Amino acid sequence: MSGNMNGALATSALPVEPAQTGKRRWRFPAGAARAYTMVGALALLWIIFAIVTNGIFLEARNFSNLIRQAAVTGIISVGMVMVIITGQIDLSVGSLVGLTGMAAALVQSYWHWGLVPSLLAAVLVGLMVGGLQGWLTSYVRIPSFIVTLGGLLVWRGVTKGISHGGTYPVEVQSFRDLGQAYLGRATGTGLLVIAVAAVIWSVIHRNSMRKRHGLEQWSLAGILFRIIVPSALAIGFVLALNSYAGVPVPVLIFVAVALAGAFVTENTLFGRYLYAIGGNPEAARFSGINLRAQVLTAFCVLGVLTAIAAIIYTARVGSAGPDAGALLELDAIAACVIGGASLAGGRGTVLGACLGALFMVSLDNGMSLKNVPDFVQDIIKGGILVTAVGLDVMGKRRE
Amino acid sequence: MKGTLATRPPLLEMRNIVKSFPGVRALDGVSLELYPGEIHALAGENGAGKSTLIKVLAGVYTEYEGDVCIAGVAQRFGSVRKSEEAGIAVVFQELSLVPELTVGENIFLGREPAHFGVVRWDELYAKASHLLRELGLDLDPRTRAGKLGTGKQQLVEIAKALSHNARILVLDEPTAALTDAEAEVLFTILGKLCHQGIGIIYVSHRLQEVFRLSRRVTVLRDGRTVGTELTSQMNEQQVITKMVGREVSQVFPATRRTPGEVVLAARHITAEDPIVRGKLAVNDVSFTAHRGEVVGIAGLMGSGRTELLMSLFGSFPGKVAGEIAIDGRRVAIKSPADAIAHGIGFVTEDRKRSGLVLDQTILANITLASLARVSGRFVTNESREIAASRPLFEDLRIKATSLFAVTGTLSGGNQQKVVLAKWLMNQARVLFLDEPTRGIDVGAKQEIYGMIDKLAQSGLAVVMVSSELTEVLGLCDRILVLYQGRITGEFARDRATPDAVMACATGQLAHA
Repeated sequence: MSGNMNGALATSALPVEPAQTGKRRWRFPAGAARAYTMVGALALLWIIFAIVTNGIFLEARNFSNLIRQAAVTGIISVGMVMVIITGQIDLSVGSLVGLTGMAAALVQSYWHWGLVPSLLAAVLVGLMVGGLQGWLTSYVRIPSFIVTLGGLLVWRGVTKGISHGGTYPVEVQSFRDLGQAYLGRATGTGLLVIAVAAVIWSVIHRNSMRKRHGLEQWSLAGILFRIIVPSALAIGFVLALNSYAGVPVPVLIFVAVALAGAFVTENTLFGRYLYAIGGNPEAARFSGINLRAQVLTAFCVLGVLTAIAAIIYTARVGSAGPDAGALLELDAIAACVIGGASLAGGRGTVLGACLGALFMVSLDNGMSLKNVPDFVQDIIKGGILVTAVGLDVMGKRRE
Repeated sequence: MKGTLATRPPLLEMRNIVKSFPGVRALDGVSLELYPGEIHALAGENGAGKSTLIKVLAGVYTEYEGDVCIAGVAQRFGSVRKSEEAGIAVVFQELSLVPELTVGENIFLGREPAHFGVVRWDELYAKASHLLRELGLDLDPRTRAGKLGTGKQQLVEIAKALSHNARILVLDEPTAALTDAEAEVLFTILGKLCHQGIGIIYVSHRLQEVFRLSRRVTVLRDGRTVGTELTSQMNEQQVITKMVGREVSQVFPATRRTPGEVVLAARHITAEDPIVRGKLAVNDVSFTAHRGEVVGIAGLMGSGRTELLMSLFGSFPGKVAGEIAIDGRRVAIKSPADAIAHGIGFVTEDRKRSGLVLDQTILANITLASLARVSGRFVTNESREIAASRPLFEDLRIKATSLFAVTGTLSGGNQQKVVLAKWLMNQARVLFLDEPTRGIDVGAKQEIYGMIDKLAQSGLAVVMVSSELTEVLGLCDRILVLYQGRITGEFARDRATPDAVMACATGQLAHA
C-alpha cells in the first residue's frame, strides 16, 4: 500500500528538480575519499591497540601474523563484495571453507594426491557449490539468503559426514608452504619495486588519458598525492614484513586476489554489469544485460575464492577439521559492509572490502593479545559493525 | 442516477485551489462544488491537474492555497487520516490492497476492532460481511485479497473507503482495469450510494461513463477549471473541445520530414495481461514505422500503449503473440537483449525505475547497453568509452559538470537526455519513446522535441507514446489511436484533429 502511494507521489513530484550548480569544489580524489577514511580508521585502531598492548600489537612478529590471518577473510571478502554488489548475499562461505579444505586434505590422505590435484579438488568443489547456489538464486529464484542459509547447514553437514568428524593432516609439504612459508626478503623487495613502478606508471598513464579526452588535468600536487600515498603504504607494509621474516606467501596470494578483484570490478564488463544489476535491475534488464548469467558468475567467483581461502587456512593450520571456517561468513559480510558495500546492492568496492577485512581481523588479533574474554570480543565486534553502518547511513542521509 | 438538484448546502466546496511545484503550477485556481447524492465527473487530459486536485482533497498534499470547505466549514487537512476523519474517502487508481491479507483485514486495516490491542476477529468479519452485503457484493470477507480479480479488488477498495462512514467518495479512473461486466456492478453500487446521500467525484477518461453516470461535469485544463456544466446540457463533442481546446503552439519544430522505407513492421500483436487471464492488454495491433518518421501512439491511460511497446521490446511480462519484422526480415524478440540486437531502443516511461542506474556516472549509463561494442569485449576501455560518449554528451547538450557526474544529481530533462544518449550510443534504428516529456519542464520539453525531430531527420524510425495530445499532434507524421488494446484510429498528420483523435481514444469513434 505504501509502495503504491510513494510511487504516485514520486511521479507527481517529478517537476521538483534540483537546480544545477556550475561550481565545482576541490575534493579528495573522487571515490578515494572513502578509502582514505577507512585507512584512517584502521590506523586509529592500530594505534589504540599498540598503546594498550604496550607496543606488542605493532611488533614485527604480530604484524606479520595479523596480515597472514587477514588473508583468509580478505580473499573471501573480495568474492563476497561482488555478490553483495549484485544485491545478493552468501551465508554459506564459512561452511564452504570447511568443505573445500577438507576435500583437499582428504584426497591427500586417502589417495595420496599431490599438490596440484589437491588444489584443483578444492577449487572444483568451491566452483560447483558456488554454481549450484548461484543457479538456485538466479534461475530458480529462491532468495539467496535462504539458499545459502540452507547451504550453511548442508555443507557443514557434508564436511562432518565425509570426515566422520575427524581431523586430517595436510600430507604434502608444498601445500603447507602455501599457508606457512615466507618470500625471501630480496623477492619481497623486488615485488615492492615493481609495485611502486606500477603505481607511478598508472597515475601518469591515467593523467595522459585525461588530457587526450579533454578532461581537466590533475595538478602536480594531485599527481604526487596519488603516487606518494599508495607507494608509501606499500613500502611501509613490505619493510614491516621484511623486518620479521619476509612477506608471507598467503599475503602475496591475498594481494594478487585483491588486485585481480579490483580490476575485474572496475575494468571489465562483468564488473560494470554487477553494479548496474545491483543499482537498478530493471534498467539493467532494459539495457539487454543477462542478469541471471551475471549473478550466477558472481556466485561461482565467490565459490572459487572461498576454496582458495580454505586452502590457505588449511595449509596454515596444517590440518582440516570438521569445524574449520565456522562463522567466517559473518566476518566476510561485516568486512564488505564496513568497507562501504550496501546490502541493497549497487555499492561496494574490493578495496573497501579488503580494508574491512583487515579491520575485522585486527579487532580479533588485538583483543586476543589483550586477553579480552571471548564474550566481550563478540559484543565489541557486533557493536562496531552496527555503529559503522549507522555512521554510513547517517552520512548518506546528510548528502 | 441524475437525481434532482438538492437544495441542501454543498457537501464540499473547493475554492481557488492553487498548488505549485517548483517550476510548475499544477493547479492554478480550481473550484469545484459537490452536493449530496450527486455524481460529479471530473474530466481533463492527463496532466490537466485531476490527480493533484484529488491529492489535495485526500490530504496527501498539505501545502496549497485556497479553501476546502466540508459542509460549509473551512478545513485544512494535515494528513490523510484527517481527511478521512472529515468524511472523505479516496480510491486511487493504483490498487492499494495488501494482497496477502484477507478482504476483511484489508477493509479494517489500521482500524481493526480491538480490545486492549487484541483483535476481535469475529466482530471484524461480521462488520466486513455486513458492509459487503450492503454493497450487494457476494464475497467472503475471509478470502485473500490477492485471489480476487482486479474488478472485485476495486469494489473491496470502495467497501474499505465506505467503512470510514465517508460522505464524499472520490474515484480515480475506477473502471480502467475493469471488464464491462465488472463496471456494470460498480455503476449499480454507485447509484445506490447516491441514493444514500453520498457525494461522488468521478474521474474518468471514458466519456460514455461520464455521460451515463454524472449529473454535472467539471473540465480541467492546464490546472484551471474550464467550466462546470450539467451533463444533460452537454454532448461528448463539447466536452472534448473543452478538454483539448488549445492551439498546437509553435514549440514544435516546423520541419517537414519525408519518410523512407519500412523499418519496423508489427503484425497482429496480441498481449495477454499477466495477472488477469484472458484480458488482452494489446489486441491484434498491426502497424509499420518508416525510416525518418515519427509515429505517434495516442490513447488514454490503460489503453495498451506501453504494453504494445513492451511487447515489441520483449519486456512484456505476459504472453505475446504476433510477428515482428525489421527491414522486411522476420525476427524473434524474446528479451530486451534480442530487441537491442535488432536495433531497437526503448526510452521507458519511468526513467528512474527502468532507464537509469542513478548511483552511477553519466558515462556508465550511456554505455550500459552497448559496452561490448564501444568498450572492449571483456575488459573495459575507458578512453574508448569517453571518446564514443563525448559527442553525444555535447550534441544532446546534457548539462552536467562532466561525463563523470552521478546521474542521480541531474535534473529530469538532463536525465532523460542521458537515457536518449544510451540508445543513440547503441546505434538504434528504431526508437521507442514512452512519455518522453513526462515530468520535464517546458524549456527542456521543447529541446526534447527538437531532438526527436533531428533523430527522425537522421533516418531513425521513432515510435512515440504520449498522453499529451498537443505533443502527438505537433510532432508526429502519423498517429495511431489505441482504445482498450485495439487500434481505433489512424491519422496522417494533416488529417488529425484533436477532437477526432480524442473521440477515437475515448471509444466514441473508430476511424481507419
